[in-house]
Amino acid sequence: MTPIAPTFFFYFLSAVALISAILVITRKNPVHSALALIVTLLSLAGLYLMLYAPFVTGVQVIVYAGGIMVLFLFVIMLVNIERAMKEEEFNKQWIAGLIASLLLGGLFLAVYFKGRAIFPSEFTKIPEQMNTQQVGMLIFQNYLLPFEIASLLLLVAIVGAVVMAKKKLS
Amino acid sequence: MVPISYYLVLSAILFACGVLGFLIKRNVITIFMSIELMLNAVNLSFVAFASYWQALSGQVFVFFVMVVAAAEAAVGLAIIIAVFRTRQTLNPDRVNLLKL
Amino acid sequence: MAMPLHQFFTSTDYLLSLPMIMLALFGMGVLIIDLLLPPEWKRANAWTALVGLVFSAIAVYKVQIADRIAEAHGQAGSFVGFGGSLVADRFAIYFYYLFLAGAAIAILMSVKYLEIEREQHGEFYALVLFSVIGMMCMASGYDIVLLFVGLELMALSTYVLVGFLRRDQRSNEAALKYLLLGAFSSGIFAYGLSLFYGLAGSTNLGQIALTLEQHFLANPKDPVAILALLTTATGLLFKIAAVPFHQWAPDAYEGAPTSITGYMSVAVKAAGWALLLRIFLYMLYPLRPIYLPMIIFVSLATLTAGNLAALTQSNLKRLLAYSSIAHVGYMLLGLVAGNTNNASSTGIKGIMVYLLVYTFMNLGAFAVITSLRRRDIIGDEIDDIAGLMFKAPTEAILMLVFLLSLAGIPPLAGFWGKYFIFLSLIESGHYALATVAVLYAVLGLYYYMRIANAMFMRRAETAEPVSLSPGLRLALAITALGTVIIGIFPEVFLRAAAWSLSVPQASAVAGLLK
Repeated sequence: MTPIAPTFFFYFLSAVALISAILVITRKNPVHSALALIVTLLSLAGLYLMLYAPFVTGVQVIVYAGGIMVLFLFVIMLVNIERAMKEEEFNKQWIAGLIASLLLGGLFLAVYFKGRAIFPSEFTKIPEQMNTQQVGMLIFQNYLLPFEIASLLLLVAIVGAVVMAKKKLS
Repeated sequence: MVPISYYLVLSAILFACGVLGFLIKRNVITIFMSIELMLNAVNLSFVAFASYWQALSGQVFVFFVMVVAAAEAAVGLAIIIAVFRTRQTLNPDRVNLLKL
Repeated sequence: MAMPLHQFFTSTDYLLSLPMIMLALFGMGVLIIDLLLPPEWKRANAWTALVGLVFSAIAVYKVQIADRIAEAHGQAGSFVGFGGSLVADRFAIYFYYLFLAGAAIAILMSVKYLEIEREQHGEFYALVLFSVIGMMCMASGYDIVLLFVGLELMALSTYVLVGFLRRDQRSNEAALKYLLLGAFSSGIFAYGLSLFYGLAGSTNLGQIALTLEQHFLANPKDPVAILALLTTATGLLFKIAAVPFHQWAPDAYEGAPTSITGYMSVAVKAAGWALLLRIFLYMLYPLRPIYLPMIIFVSLATLTAGNLAALTQSNLKRLLAYSSIAHVGYMLLGLVAGNTNNASSTGIKGIMVYLLVYTFMNLGAFAVITSLRRRDIIGDEIDDIAGLMFKAPTEAILMLVFLLSLAGIPPLAGFWGKYFIFLSLIESGHYALATVAVLYAVLGLYYYMRIANAMFMRRAETAEPVSLSPGLRLALAITALGTVIIGIFPEVFLRAAAWSLSVPQASAVAGLLK
């Protein structure tokens, strides 16, 4: 089976993901950050497709880009954005934060380049037309309990969001 | 064919971006977005490993991480609204986030 | 491809998940009943939640009996459910009881407190029950997916509970800080899990451990494994509030409703420990030579920072927050001394005993602080406890008992926690660490006695009397009895702690792979 997407797409999508990720953390206006984050999420969805994970791609687009980000935009609209814009963008420890993150990123990269031999570059593919079905089988067999716990997690999220955000202080 | 370690490198850089945003931003909502960035880096490395091992369990984990991210975002944004109601600011310096 | 239902959900699965099912049913029941109750009857929610905890405890007892029967048939420790993702072994059962006791006492403490705060809602009790389900998953999960989802269920419920006093600015901000740092640490933890998944290709703890063992024999200084260890451990240390990842704890503890502060410092912390021990003892034991120096460093830093910061606090909740950080330091020393090839070693047993006694004595101290909250007095400063002896002598004496126990004075319960930790350090030859730990224990005595000094030697600042609600009275009685009885008759409890570790992990792994 020949690969569906050429290498070009990998570089293209990862460049888009990286540039928009940097935009997320450098833009002052939270709306711009949110839009940049949506671009990151969509390009990651493309990468998931290249890794033969169509189910994850679908969930990424529908839940993340469609659901969570809309929630973010709603809240940005609810709170007073004008005021936030007038304040400083970065906090006082930004130099320390920058150095720490660069060190962290450098450490990760060093580890991957040193340990590259562990993950050989060649790997064969699972036929992707079965993907969603197989994920479903896994969820309802091996991962039945986490699946049920996840439903409780969503219930807690609903209850918690209502408790915290409801207006009436009876 | 793109080797698996390229995906891991991308995931590591995205994760470092998320950590950087968490550490230096002052707006709580953007800090939250940085956390989403970190979780997405985690998802990318899970999918890459799942593809490397030809095992779908990694993709299932991603599914659960997304559920967690959605729930965390819902609760977190509700708390942000509650804080905003009492303080009228979104700047965590004002709420002394890193006070020891 | 259609499979019959009984292969998805067997009778063993049902038995093992029954404690969680009970809690989920009662939690949802509380949410529904709350809608039907008139405002003056809202406290009935607390009793519903307590009944739920009792039913769950009965279900845990059923699992324990099944374990006993299996032992009689020579199959001890083979309780595996849900395709290997849940292991309700003795370790898990011990923690189940601990969580249920902590939640029950916290609920008893909350009833009156929430009325004073005018936040008596059914959601509060439902969230407590749901968080216990998450803790149970953390204690019994044998699969990183279940562990992660359980951790998040507990964490999310706790974030909301911390911010439950919506009128109180401190409570809101504490919830925000706790949530941001909690989500951050979960992200780091998940990244570490992804690396372990990448190394092993499986989400099962036993499988990961076996692969790590082989992998580690082949290349002992593999950078990817070390990075995975570092990130996972960072996430875990965040959850138990070890230095240098402790900054969230004092703020979250101070802002949270006092009963929830007590709950966080015992049950939530015990759940963090259950997760940490599960991962370190059952998954990462091949990496012990690498993580040992790190744990030694973290435990010393935790002891130092916790004890020194506690010296200067003037807020009771903050002081107890730093003291709870210091207690984590002692428990981490138990991990240093515990030989992981034999999980039943003294160090690990010391941690189990410590968590048990800590549940009673710390919740007791917080119960006394809860009683200081009156009509218009927040009651969490040291000044508020001044002269307690002259207003409420019983409470003052109970508080003294809890404080002495926290300081580790025999014959109270806290002594046994510290005793086993020190014993294990001496047994394993860590004399320097044992000396440092003893010195810090003496330092701890000083700041606990500062509270006692305020209670007994100073005049009261307000004349407002301290009144005890029946729930709080019961909570105080249980915690005081627990503290004294464990201190004087420790054998039963020590045996329980040893029992919880009596199935060596190797056979647990073997049981999974058969």
